[in-house]
Amino acid sequence: MVEVRHVYKKFGDKQVLNDVNAIFERGKINLIIGQSGSGKTVLLKSIVGLHEVDRGEILYDGRIFSGEKTKYKKQIRKEIGMVFQGGALFDSLTVLENVMFPLDMFTDWDYRRRRERAIESLHSVNLYNVENLYPSEISGGMAKRVAIARAIVSNPRYLFFDEPNSGLDPVSSRLIDDLIVRLTKEYNTVTIVNTHDISSVFKIGDNIVFIYNGTSWWSGTRQDLMNVQNKELRHFLDKSLITM
Amino acid sequence: MKVIKEVLYNFGRYAVFMLRVFAKPEKASPYYLQILRELRKMGVNSIGIVVIISLFIGAVITLQTSYNLNNALIPRYVIGLGTRDSMLLEFSSTMIALILAGKVGSNIASELGTMRISEQIDALEIMGINSAGYLVLPKLIAALIFFPLLTIMSMIMGIIGGWLVSITTDLITPATYIMGLRTYFVPYFIVYSLVKMLVFAFIISTVSSYWGFYVKGGAVGVGRASTKAVVYSSVLILLFNLIITQLMLT
Repeated sequence: MVEVRHVYKKFGDKQVLNDVNAIFERGKINLIIGQSGSGKTVLLKSIVGLHEVDRGEILYDGRIFSGEKTKYKKQIRKEIGMVFQGGALFDSLTVLENVMFPLDMFTDWDYRRRRERAIESLHSVNLYNVENLYPSEISGGMAKRVAIARAIVSNPRYLFFDEPNSGLDPVSSRLIDDLIVRLTKEYNTVTIVNTHDISSVFKIGDNIVFIYNGTSWWSGTRQDLMNVQNKELRHFLDKSLITM
Repeated sequence: MKVIKEVLYNFGRYAVFMLRVFAKPEKASPYYLQILRELRKMGVNSIGIVVIISLFIGAVITLQTSYNLNNALIPRYVIGLGTRDSMLLEFSSTMIALILAGKVGSNIASELGTMRISEQIDALEIMGINSAGYLVLPKLIAALIFFPLLTIMSMIMGIIGGWLVSITTDLITPATYIMGLRTYFVPYFIVYSLVKMLVFAFIISTVSSYWGFYVKGGAVGVGRASTKAVVYSSVLILLFNLIITQLMLT
């Protein structure tokens, strides 16, 4: 379980996060939704420690993460897999080298074992015979899947996705959604997905947190969302459904 | 006041950045591989430009010295001596470093800047890797190894350039040119030049990395960082050239 307790974050004079509280459960797909500029990406980056919060606490299964020393954070980070919006694959490395990278850095396995594990990861995201290609030689959807393969290669306990469907066609988008569901069950991870793709919300969201003006405005399940009366959330959903 | 504040801010951040660069690596073997990659990228790929520029500059120094040396009291071998000492003392270290600041420095800043805006540096951090150490330390080591070699290569090519002038023109005979090369030779000048290049290698690799690493914004930010990397590296090279010369030659 990942807990966010009374988190505040300010950039200059702008209060981006303002008393955010949320609980993200293991084995479930936890979604952070909200309009562009609502603070959801800052929240996700604060949870993984890319932004240091001004106040409040972030806990990983009871272990305080925010405000801790880098050395301590590194230990928790080894249990994290993250998929960035653009994939964030290393341009100078091949697909295989990208996926093997965490294993190269943190295991004493021999090359053959690392390679086998990386190929296994690629297969689990339905990628075959792409090992020797460079990121510039594959499509956006494939790059996302390579990024997912890299995120799961070291058996993470926590999986984060930042806008996994952005820039993808509907077919690739559904493929990514299915992968998120399957991998969450398979690896029993705490999965947190930051998205504004409303069809994904209704398809895969187990727990949903709606961020509005930097605060955790609403939280509930997919079923709760169907009948929600909250004015701001209703407005967000209506607008999103119109633009679908 | 604002400029002083900015200089102090950047100096402090650079110091913290360097502490991260020198932090103990997570594992040695990936770093060795990175060093090899950087040696090829920064060093081997710079051989061509260093050879061409040094060869032509050596030839031009020889031509200019011979045209300006009209006094019959000054022996002609001074042309060879002048070419040799110009290359050894200044060109092969300082001028080559300024050229490398432009070529390698802008490359480093734009590479790291692009990695920053495409979240590749964030990806390293999330994995629990010291991104500054992993990305910059291999560049620094590669520069410290290869840039002095480029200096030596430049010295040799510059002297060859002058020799080519001696065999293709009648301004000076090859024998007189070679006599000039051998006259009053001070081996310490080579040491001085190599020490300078080691300092310049440190400046080029770390200052350029610093600007690239902390890029903000998109493509415009990368372009700005690339320019800053070249400008700051060049100014620091000139400043340290003065300091080292004062310390080692006077």
